[in-house]
Amino acid sequence: MSGKEPNAIELRDVEKSFGITKVIQTINLKVAQGERHALIGPNGAGKSTTFNLISGYMKPTSGSIQLRGEEIAGLRPFQINRRGLSRSFQVTNVFGNMTVWENLRCAVLWATGQRYAFWKNIDKLPEVRERTARILEDIHLVGRRDVPAGLLTYAEQRALEIGITIAGGANVILLDEPTAGMSHAETERAVSLIRRLTEGRTLLIVEHDMSVVFGLADRISVLVYGQVIASGTPEEIRGNPKVKEAYLGEEAA
Amino acid sequence: MRDITVSAAPPPPALADKLKFYGIWVGVALILLLLPKILSSGGSLTTFSLIGISIIFALSYNILLGQTGMLSFGHAVYYGLGGFLAIHAINFIVGHKFPIPLPLVPMIGGATGLFFAALIGWVSTQRSGTAFAMISLGLAELVASSALILRSFFGGEAGVSANRTKLLKVFDWNFGPQIQIYYLVAAWTLVAVIAMYALTRTPLGRMCNAVRDNPERVQFVGYDPHVIRYLAFCFAGFFAGIAGALAAINFEIANSAYLGAVQSGTVLFAAYIGGIGFFIGPIVGAIFVTFLSLGLSDVTPVWQLYFGLFFIAVVMFAPGGITGLLMMHRPLLKGGTMLRVLPSYAVALLPTLAMVIGLMLAIESTVHYTVNPSENPHIRAFGIPFNAASPLTWAAALALIVVGFALARLSWRRVGHAWDEALTTARQNGVAA
Ligand SMILES: Nc1ncnc2c1ncn2[C@@H]1O[C@H](COP(=O)(O)OP(=O)(O)OP(=O)(O)O)[C@@H](O)[C@H]1O
Ligand SMILES: [Mg+2]
Repeated sequence: MSGKEPNAIELRDVEKSFGITKVIQTINLKVAQGERHALIGPNGAGKSTTFNLISGYMKPTSGSIQLRGEEIAGLRPFQINRRGLSRSFQVTNVFGNMTVWENLRCAVLWATGQRYAFWKNIDKLPEVRERTARILEDIHLVGRRDVPAGLLTYAEQRALEIGITIAGGANVILLDEPTAGMSHAETERAVSLIRRLTEGRTLLIVEHDMSVVFGLADRISVLVYGQVIASGTPEEIRGNPKVKEAYLGEEAA
Repeated sequence: MRDITVSAAPPPPALADKLKFYGIWVGVALILLLLPKILSSGGSLTTFSLIGISIIFALSYNILLGQTGMLSFGHAVYYGLGGFLAIHAINFIVGHKFPIPLPLVPMIGGATGLFFAALIGWVSTQRSGTAFAMISLGLAELVASSALILRSFFGGEAGVSANRTKLLKVFDWNFGPQIQIYYLVAAWTLVAVIAMYALTRTPLGRMCNAVRDNPERVQFVGYDPHVIRYLAFCFAGFFAGIAGALAAINFEIANSAYLGAVQSGTVLFAAYIGGIGFFIGPIVGAIFVTFLSLGLSDVTPVWQLYFGLFFIAVVMFAPGGITGLLMMHRPLLKGGTMLRVLPSYAVALLPTLAMVIGLMLAIESTVHYTVNPSENPHIRAFGIPFNAASPLTWAAALALIVVGFALARLSWRRVGHAWDEALTTARQNGVAA
């Protein structure tokens, strides 16, 4: 451990049960700092549940979850977020009645140190304003700035979802199926967006589209029935017989 | 890069916008100053004072409901405690001859509201939604019933009274005459409204809206929704306390009705009827409800029944409240197609009015029979005499309701069509412009 940089995310023997159903058997997962890591697996494998555990949305039944060497299992989501981990949701989860601008602004407030300030005028915070504007541009929604988030198209909402996730400047980003339901062209744009926005950060992404996964990821982990059955570079995963049997083969068939 | 970034942000308000914004506040201050010059009777001064108090109270309530999405059934607790503490404070100040003038007493009410909100809120704001609503109801019952038990503090049924004229004078004012109370209330109303508006423009105020929209996601942008709800609750308690203290000063008495369920219900009505989705909604609602309750209670003994019916109608047909209804017309006004819907409104108004009159006739006759059946059936309601025993009255009421309802349904459907057309054209005009 000494001298070596700790992993961005490390899960050790993490288990999660809902009542008597054990959804996460035992997960061991390592994501190195600065790495783009894809988590793949069939429907219901427990990918979103894993995200929920890492981001503090759910507490693991047992096991250890570390963020840059610090134990975070059992912390609340906002505490984990403040330590530099941010996640998106598989089902769009934005502030529906607020405009795109306000959505993004809410996501930069804590990161710019505003906390619960009730003595500052929101319009007189240049840092908040500039950061919000930059994210707005990054996600290509400048023209939709003043539209309530609930009225955006699906692809726009997905872009906003990513925008809110990265707006706080977190170092570790978790994206849950960011391109699900997008057209081919939209997917391509979203991927180049993700590539650009996660430059120099750690990314853990759940994705079903294999061209996206193999195009983007430095490493891939395969989750089946709540267990990581393989973890490695795209080439290693492609050649892994267990993966072929459990997952990729089934896709190809 | 910098240039692009700045252009992506909303443009800073132009000078004209700023002038307009500050102009509104100055205009309001002027109106408040000059109002007693135009309507100077004691009655209207009392009404205005009540409206001011009600505005502060309703806006404080909307910090919870409209801004943060918390439905409280017990907001009068903080209003009432503010009122009681204000009365005790006046008596204490007079008794000890402290050099504290009356205009500062509402601060004591505010501090009281804040104190109790801070004390109670941490637990009750743990969750929003049903849990919060139920806890607020339970606490309201608890406080209201202790008001009848702790007689030394709450004064039992009679309440506690005070003489507001014996404090330190300000500019020779002893706050005996209603006009001086009016100015006291008006000044506090203006300050409180500005403060509560400013609150919506702060990081906390914006995050309150985020909690209202999606408390779950708030947690993933670094905020604890519980803390946000708690702070909102404290602010709401503070301003409610100020309103309660002003009411106590106005009446020179505080009693258990101040913190009762009726008071909590009334503020919900006012905020909702005005429109919780807009900052000015509760202001509109407070004005409207105050006038309505004063006006209706003069003309009919069952005014609360009408009040309830009206509230139900608003919830069902205009969930945005009065302000929401008015704001709906903004695109039509901008697109210049307002005139297309007005005729259909006029057409729809007639049968609706007929139905309402029929309902009122039926209600008043029924009330006559259930309340005092042995008395003279020639009664007056809303100043109009009629015979509650005559079959003609009953037939007329029934006909008005049935025919009115049928025609109203048809004509409101036509309003809907006219609306769609007007809106489409307005949008096209908007694009063309
Ligand atoms: N809150 C919950 N209570 C009970 N069971 C749950 C809960 N959340 C998830 N599950 C179950 O856990 C299993 C894993 O779900 P999860 O959403 O993590 O799968 P996933 O890998 O993200 O699948 P998908 O690709 O469809 O998104 C599923 O069988 C699901 O029904
Ligand atoms: Mg999932």
